[in-house]
Amino acid sequence: MFDSFDAVLLARIQFAFTVSFHFLFPAFTIGLASYLAVLNGLWLWTKEHKYLDLFRYWTKIFALAFAMGVVSGIVMSYQFGTNWSVFSDKAGPVIGAPMAYEVLSAFFLEAGFLGIMLFGRDKVGPGLHMFACSAVAVGTFFSAFWIISVNSWMQTPAGFSIDPETGQFMPENFLEIVFNPSFPYRLAHTVTAAYLTTAFIVGGVAAFHLLRYRRKAEPVGAATKTMFSMAMWMAAIVAPVQIFLGDMHGLNTLEHQPAKVMAMEGHFESHPDGAPLYLFGIPNQSEQRLDYAVGIPKLSSLILKHDLDAPLDGLDTIPVADQPPVGIVFWAFRIMVALGFGMLGVGLWSLWARWRGRLFDSPWLHRAAFAMAPSGLVAVLAGWVTTEVGRQPFTVYGLLRTSQSAAPLDAAAVGTSLIAFIVIYFAVFGAGTFYILRLMNHAPMYDEPSLKDITEGPVRAAGISPAHEDRAHHPQDTQRGE
Amino acid sequence: MPLADGISFDLTLVWAFLIAFAVLVYVILDGFDLGLGMLFASERKRDDRDVMMNSVAPVWDGNETWLVLGGGGLFAAFPLAYALILPALYAPIIAMLLALIFRGVAFEFRWRTERWRRVWDIAFIGGSGVASLSQGIALGALLQGIQIDKAARTYSGGWWDWLTPFSLTVGVAVMVGYMLLGATWLVMKTSGDLQERMRKRAWTLGLATVGFIGVVSLWTPFLQEGYYSRWFEGWNIALAVLVGLAVIALAAMMFRALHIHRHDHWPFILTLGIFALCFVGLGVSMFPYVVPTEVTIYEAAAPYKAQLFMLVGACVLIPVILAYTAYAYWVFRGKVDPQAGYH
Repeated sequence: MFDSFDAVLLARIQFAFTVSFHFLFPAFTIGLASYLAVLNGLWLWTKEHKYLDLFRYWTKIFALAFAMGVVSGIVMSYQFGTNWSVFSDKAGPVIGAPMAYEVLSAFFLEAGFLGIMLFGRDKVGPGLHMFACSAVAVGTFFSAFWIISVNSWMQTPAGFSIDPETGQFMPENFLEIVFNPSFPYRLAHTVTAAYLTTAFIVGGVAAFHLLRYRRKAEPVGAATKTMFSMAMWMAAIVAPVQIFLGDMHGLNTLEHQPAKVMAMEGHFESHPDGAPLYLFGIPNQSEQRLDYAVGIPKLSSLILKHDLDAPLDGLDTIPVADQPPVGIVFWAFRIMVALGFGMLGVGLWSLWARWRGRLFDSPWLHRAAFAMAPSGLVAVLAGWVTTEVGRQPFTVYGLLRTSQSAAPLDAAAVGTSLIAFIVIYFAVFGAGTFYILRLMNHAPMYDEPSLKDITEGPVRAAGISPAHEDRAHHPQDTQRGE
Repeated sequence: MPLADGISFDLTLVWAFLIAFAVLVYVILDGFDLGLGMLFASERKRDDRDVMMNSVAPVWDGNETWLVLGGGGLFAAFPLAYALILPALYAPIIAMLLALIFRGVAFEFRWRTERWRRVWDIAFIGGSGVASLSQGIALGALLQGIQIDKAARTYSGGWWDWLTPFSLTVGVAVMVGYMLLGATWLVMKTSGDLQERMRKRAWTLGLATVGFIGVVSLWTPFLQEGYYSRWFEGWNIALAVLVGLAVIALAAMMFRALHIHRHDHWPFILTLGIFALCFVGLGVSMFPYVVPTEVTIYEAAAPYKAQLFMLVGACVLIPVILAYTAYAYWVFRGKVDPQAGYH
């Protein structure tokens, strides 16, 4: 059945599929873990009940997303060996150690304190519970630190030599390996993306409920207002920071992986006196040209070189065998950038509405925020595709080709497991996403039930009207046991 | 031998022990919650199932992290072994990963739905069973040896080489052993009728486990010449007899604790002892090979610099991990409260 397929291509599809699915969960939970730690801290500090309600509300969603992240992550730690054994043998001496550090410093920290964070508030007291919340948040950041370091080393390898006998990459200096040239930029850009992803999901859920309160002409709950306000502050502050970080990351890529930037820009031809910024075009790699190109003259040189007339090389300086697939990189990049500016727009709009005192009374802003709820997830995937497909045709950039990295597998074996992954991921994670959406469908209410109280699932929550939320200033505004 | 080589020699051994330790901790910790998952099948009452799941809900995630450390550690410390073993065990490994997905999400999903609760209960049972079976098959397939092309540094066998009567037997043995761990865990964590049933189950499962240990132990030496000479030649046979007697003694103590003294904790602790002994026996069979009997730990080892870099972190972090893992277990100690709801 798979005889006509190339085993390496199937292995690539399988890795792209499993890692993309996996990446969605940490992209959400990295930001959400920090948000929960902040909410819990605000609750302990101010004793305003709405923070505890929000903590409980998002903890239930976090538990689901985190579990899906864990189980899809275990798959990743074995995929290197099952499908990319030659790569593992050759690069293992260098990247194995940072990956082991990820397990030791991040996964255990998250897993060890997750139980206490979710279920332990009255067993350990508020101080230790707050510590557990922070430990989980820090753990998610450590995890990003190490895995982005490994990924960056594959993009911009440093601090190694090559063993002439075995062809293995041998570590020479781990400081250079971990802090390789693209690592600081990629880490800042990726972690900020995770924060934005969470901000837009939180903001989107809040906007959805603001619109619903409005339609039902009910007073808006305090918790809903708070989460919309917090999310919009994040959007307004972090989106411009992210665009700046993305620009820095792009300049770093131009320095170390010029072919990737050429593909992102659609520059098949070299431009000796200023390159245009193409807004649209259909990359035609077999003819090595951009069809139907619409561009702004010299703008690309201005962005990349800060000089209108700076020369920029094109893909005509790169052998065809060493070029990444231009079409995918070109379009993924444009999707990411467009969403980034869309986020900036929502952030600025919210500032305007806030200044006018209409933050909770601007239905079109709420519609926009609701529509942009998944924008972070899509942008993260698009950015990931840009950088990973842009690294092709290499696994270790410039040194080890993807075609020479795969395990000695039959197409039938890879194809069968690929189908199993696709079917099971869509079924299981589809169900999980459905449960998350169902939780989001209820507005956070006053005295939101905690994770521990839920034995009946949404059935019990559904019996209580979201209108209870407006009891935020109820005299019984004291802590209940969780 | 120059000093530097002497040191790197030792680090390889240190890493072999560390990874063996991680795998042992994984087997023990995830062993009881996978076993508990299989025991779900026989406990049909909703309340009993809730209590069973609540007894592991706060810790299962940490338990499974040891599997990531085992795999990630093998990749980091013995990259060649990782690159040879995983393609050789392709089907059982993929099956294990997919099964762990079902069983992992079931912890969260079954509380989120009434209509589909039974579906996620089945996912929990099936996922736990298939993951256990796959782990046992993988162990058996590794023990019986895998075919490699040493010059090309790749696996060179077929895609069904892992499937033999021996590997299937080890697969079933691991399922039974995990269920024993799960049953004795529940004797410790529950009370009333559920605990009483688990006491009875532990009795049968204990007998079956000892039987399987005997079968696998007697079968293993005949798989490869190296195993035979290690266990049966000269004075080594005394060691083999000693290990066998120790397993029987521990099993006898376990049965006494279970039914005569009616202890809650000791059956579980003694079962851990049986698992640790089996693991030591496994180590005796395999050492110094990581891919029996083709590649030694020294041939597969990562370079000295990588070993040293990781060891610094491991020395600091593994004691810290053990400390807060122990703390998490301490926080959720004692019997599970049947009234506590989702836990």
